[in-house]
Amino acid sequence: MAPPPASIDDVETRLRDRRYIGDRGLATSIFLALKLDKPLFIEGEAGVGKTEAAKVMADVLGARLIRLQCYEGIDLAHAVYEWNYPRQLLHIRLLGEGEDRRMAEREIFSSEFLLRRPLLDAIDNDDATPPVLLIDEIDRSDEEFEAFLLELLSDFQVSIPEIGTIKAKHAPFVVITSNRTREVHDALKRRCLYHWIDYPDLEKEVEIVRARAPEAADGLAREVASLVQGLRGMDLYKVPGVAETLDWARSLAVLGATRIDETLVNATIGAALKYQEDLERVRAQVPALVDKARGA
Amino acid sequence: MPRTPDLLPRLGAFARLLHDAGVEAGPRRLTDATRALNHIDLKQQGDFRNALRAVFVSRKEDIVTFEAAFDIFWAPPDPRSAAGALPGRSRGLPMSPERAKVWAEALGLNSSGMNREPDATAVPASSSGYSADELLRHKDFEQMTWQETEQVRRLLEAAPWRVAERRTRRLRPARAGRIDLRRSARHAIRSSGELMQLFRRRPRVRRRPLVLLCDVSGSMERYSRLLMIFAHAIARREDLEAFVFSTRLTRITRLLRYRDLDRALDSVSKGVHDFSGGTRIGEALADFNRHWARRVLGHGAVVIIVSDGWDRGDPAQLTAELIHLRRSAHRLIWLNPLLGSEGYQPLTRGMAAALPHCDDFLAAHNLQALDDLGRLLAGLGSRSRI
Repeated sequence: MAPPPASIDDVETRLRDRRYIGDRGLATSIFLALKLDKPLFIEGEAGVGKTEAAKVMADVLGARLIRLQCYEGIDLAHAVYEWNYPRQLLHIRLLGEGEDRRMAEREIFSSEFLLRRPLLDAIDNDDATPPVLLIDEIDRSDEEFEAFLLELLSDFQVSIPEIGTIKAKHAPFVVITSNRTREVHDALKRRCLYHWIDYPDLEKEVEIVRARAPEAADGLAREVASLVQGLRGMDLYKVPGVAETLDWARSLAVLGATRIDETLVNATIGAALKYQEDLERVRAQVPALVDKARGA
Repeated sequence: MPRTPDLLPRLGAFARLLHDAGVEAGPRRLTDATRALNHIDLKQQGDFRNALRAVFVSRKEDIVTFEAAFDIFWAPPDPRSAAGALPGRSRGLPMSPERAKVWAEALGLNSSGMNREPDATAVPASSSGYSADELLRHKDFEQMTWQETEQVRRLLEAAPWRVAERRTRRLRPARAGRIDLRRSARHAIRSSGELMQLFRRRPRVRRRPLVLLCDVSGSMERYSRLLMIFAHAIARREDLEAFVFSTRLTRITRLLRYRDLDRALDSVSKGVHDFSGGTRIGEALADFNRHWARRVLGHGAVVIIVSDGWDRGDPAQLTAELIHLRRSAHRLIWLNPLLGSEGYQPLTRGMAAALPHCDDFLAAHNLQALDDLGRLLAGLGSRSRI
């Protein structure tokens, strides 16, 4: 168990120790979220390190990471709990004729027959350090689920009709991420601290590649980061994120590259661009992009 | 920044400033801000800024407004004045023109008053039903008097059509459908583990979201007001995302939320700066595809573009963007007010480029045409393109 961070500097140092290169704003939000006991709502384009921030936070705090991946149609049975019906039925059937059925009914609605999903797990914990609850990509869930979450995050309790209300002894540290594929309701955001993760500038991105893809040579790291920065300045349907930069640097490193050239870039550019139209648009620019990146 | 007894009132004033600029900064956030400041070193201007931003901002769009407000309000004290002077005192400090513009816009948008047309309430409610007044139904919007427009508005608001539904992945109890193990087992337990009855459930249905992209350039001017009335009428009961464009794209979804039509229209015209300018449909769609498509086209949205196709942009770009848009939407419908005119041929460069890539091409010049659109929307089933 790690002592909680004592200052913003402390958060920054610990993130960096775990090879997460964030900005001062993110460290401030994390520190305050911990101090004020508020969930942290992180938004940003895909692949800028939102989920990673939550994972690293768990490590920083020495806490367990509980992750709830949201999707369209997610409901309580997937997010909170479900009874283990096959086991319950089996249990009842195995009972002898003479045994008290009332007793049996109470028995099968006990925690032994409960399938705990991430939210229940996060609330009903005995961890020495409260867990980090990552509610990932909340923009994929629908409004009903969001409304339920709102309730859960204000009281940190869940009520199960057969068992009663379960309240968190120690509230988890909650991180919610969104790719902004839709607007998340204001009421939910109001309960959270907010941080927008932007694309990093060149120096920071080089630093990230060095930290996260150390197999890429220093020169290569800089050139790939510069290439991606160039792509972000172009008119594309899907601008590459930091995750794509890392993929690209790793792909090139696997091919044994220490510098980039046109052939290598053309062969591996799929690591960064995911739309055919974007690929076509960029193809003609590759020589210029490579020139610029090599001069960076 | 030294902690002084003045800090809290100042924070309150700052929250009011944010509020006036359209950033939500209620008492709850103010409390959070106060608590947050207990945990940071106020001498670190950067941390102070980051802390307030984490508390007061909850949308990316608000960040730039926040930054501008922060610069105005908590500007570093003038070095010529006494050391340690309080923040927020200095006025007329340099601000980039860009920020100044954002700031002015934010404040301007929020200050729209209730500029009702004086005789708005004097129009008698139409006693006829939706389809009664045939003459009105077939009259071109372009030739309507203000009173007639008002009547159209009432008819639109009462229009019976609904956007088609789609199946979602959420399930609800039903007579037929997949077996609902949860409920079935629950019942079985009551009967000593015998499955006496099977319960079923099936996907819940939801109405499809609508996305409206409305051309408000000069050539569309005659129709703009009516199309905005149309948008407002839909926005009141459907899940609608609305944008207008001429040379650039502006999202007006939030502006249409005012219940009062005149107030809504007023805020739209204030919020859109190039009403009646030239048209660059391709560029507007490019903007939409890059910045909005992934956010508003989820859940099988139906996209409606309203434009006469007079385009001063590049037809190749228009084609490319339409192809992309059509692939991301459940259905792409183009409404053209000119299509109702006798002898009209969609020969403008823009229209010719667009036509092959739309699922539907309809008129939008009178009520009858909008009614046809209504029927089309209501008929869009769960299945993809026909």
